[in-house]
Amino acid sequence: MTTDVPPAPADLAAALAAGRSGAPAAGPRRAYRNGEDRLLGGVAAGLADHLAVPVLHVRLAFVVAAAVGGFGVLAYAGLWLFLPVADHLEEHAPGLEAATRQGRRPRSRRRLHDVGPLVAWGAIAVGVVVLVQGVLGTSVLFWPMLLGALGLAVLWRQADEAQRERWVDSTGRVSLGRAVLGSGGAAAYARLTAGTGLLLVALLLFALRAGAYGSLAVARDVVVAGVLGVAGLALVVGPWLFRLTGDLSEERSARVRSQERADVAAHLHDSVLQTLALIQKHAGDPRTVATLARAQERDLRSWLFADPPAADASVASALRAAAAEVEDAHGVPVEVVVVGDAPATDRTRALVLAAREAMTNAARHSGADRVDVYAECAPASTEVFVRDRGRGFDEAAVPEDRLGVRGSIRDRVRRHGGTAEVRTAPGEGTEVRLLVHDAVPAEGAS
Amino acid sequence: MTTRRVVVVDDHAMFRTGVKAELAEHADRVEVVGEAADVDAAVAVVTALQPDVVLLDVHLPGGGGVEVMRRVAARLPGTRFLALSVSDAAEDVIGTVRAGARGYVTKTITGPELVDAVERVAGGDAVFSPRLAGFVLDAFAGTIEVAQIDSDLDRLTEREREVMRLIARGYAYKEVAATLFISVKTVETHVSSVLRKLQLSSRHELSRWASDRRLL
Repeated sequence: MTTDVPPAPADLAAALAAGRSGAPAAGPRRAYRNGEDRLLGGVAAGLADHLAVPVLHVRLAFVVAAAVGGFGVLAYAGLWLFLPVADHLEEHAPGLEAATRQGRRPRSRRRLHDVGPLVAWGAIAVGVVVLVQGVLGTSVLFWPMLLGALGLAVLWRQADEAQRERWVDSTGRVSLGRAVLGSGGAAAYARLTAGTGLLLVALLLFALRAGAYGSLAVARDVVVAGVLGVAGLALVVGPWLFRLTGDLSEERSARVRSQERADVAAHLHDSVLQTLALIQKHAGDPRTVATLARAQERDLRSWLFADPPAADASVASALRAAAAEVEDAHGVPVEVVVVGDAPATDRTRALVLAAREAMTNAARHSGADRVDVYAECAPASTEVFVRDRGRGFDEAAVPEDRLGVRGSIRDRVRRHGGTAEVRTAPGEGTEVRLLVHDAVPAEGAS
Repeated sequence: MTTRRVVVVDDHAMFRTGVKAELAEHADRVEVVGEAADVDAAVAVVTALQPDVVLLDVHLPGGGGVEVMRRVAARLPGTRFLALSVSDAAEDVIGTVRAGARGYVTKTITGPELVDAVERVAGGDAVFSPRLAGFVLDAFAGTIEVAQIDSDLDRLTEREREVMRLIARGYAYKEVAATLFISVKTVETHVSSVLRKLQLSSRHELSRWASDRRLL
């Protein structure tokens, strides 16, 4: 057996970390619009999340950029168009999602519902209008442009909401009508009419004013107006078409996910029924009942509330699995707390096996009513503590032929370059401390 | 010793009954004076009774335990909240503590442990289960840019980290004190200081957990 273990790929560790923090794991990190914390489209909030800076700074940057040359508006619109919404993709454990749907967790509140910011934004908008009027005098183009921009904004926003309606009619097919109007209703029609109306009025105003300057200009301006109209239409329809494709594939993967979930739910309900049946049969045996209930609880809890497992083979998942086995075999609860996580290597596998042995010893011999396991995965080393408050023992008095502590724990860890310490005394419980260092010192990895 | 007045807030009637039965065995130390099953009822009951401690379920119809604290906590400085939940999700636990709970325990806690926790919270101390200590170590892991202003709140001292690690290893406060050769009072001071940091820090990990639940 070679001791030359290849270094843990840094990207795997990164993926693990990302998986734990709830971000979509695979691929490069990408930015999303934050649909829950938004003033307009959630672009600033999404960027703030992505860049890990306060959202206020991002918003201020956009406002400044918009005021200076209009670039901020362009950038915002572009990002709004191209960044997908995060809450479509965000996936919580089913228990949390259900609790959120039933209003048993704090609900996200739209900030626009606060009147304060609205007044402030209104004041800023009026201020900008007055300022532009003052600086440029009465510009010919200003009011038509403002109206046009408003119309586009309304339509654009409409596209965003329609998107949430999943684009499909009751038969499950994509319907253009639903795509444009969302679930319908007076509000949707009113918004659409208002948007289109504003656009038309803008064009009309433009043509009328331009016409007043002379017949030569009229022809050119009408052409320009026509082009603008077409461009406006493209702007209005473009986002819908663009998003349509993205939404469809998202929809499909969501359906696959929910089917998987349904299967798991069926399996779990089944196992609960089995457990209940077993509990009835063993009603006279409190220890068995407790073990059964505990195993079932662990099963349900991990499905309902735990993050989806980061990888098949990480230190945390291996330790939890080992603890579960010990719990089932000996009927003593084993509480596992893990800080950090790391991909499994030969060394950490040996560590987990040793820890499992320590848990088994504690569960079998200590007489304690629970075992605490704590693991800390640092970049260069992994440390595990297994502790019970049981009767403890005198290590010197353990006969030579009892291999548990000596063979399975100490020697196993030592073979992999680690250390094992046992702290115990009769009547004072036992704590086993296991430590292994990473095979390759992390020189390039930072 | 004074009897602590407790209100139990949980939407599962069976669980409320169980907690009341368990606490009734320690009637000399704690007394359940009221109960509620959702946010509105909880706000009404807690405001009317002004208990010492509210045992608060994290998931509660009407916006969760966080909503109860948001509506009541400022008006009742004498009432302290202890979160009690079956959910182990880090964002719920951290979110609830950041909203003002002085501790977090899971529903599998035994009766005597719960009574201890109630008394500790009523006395103004914090209650950290091994799991919460683990979350805290995770949240405060890694380094933070030195330039960060007010960074005291954003990192744990070496001593606080040691205390958290021992609690995560399953040590009771008394055992932590014995291991580190300090007094139990000092351990409580460290834990309260960690609680304060947990509630006030603007570390990105913590703000993310909080902003997920719209607490900022």
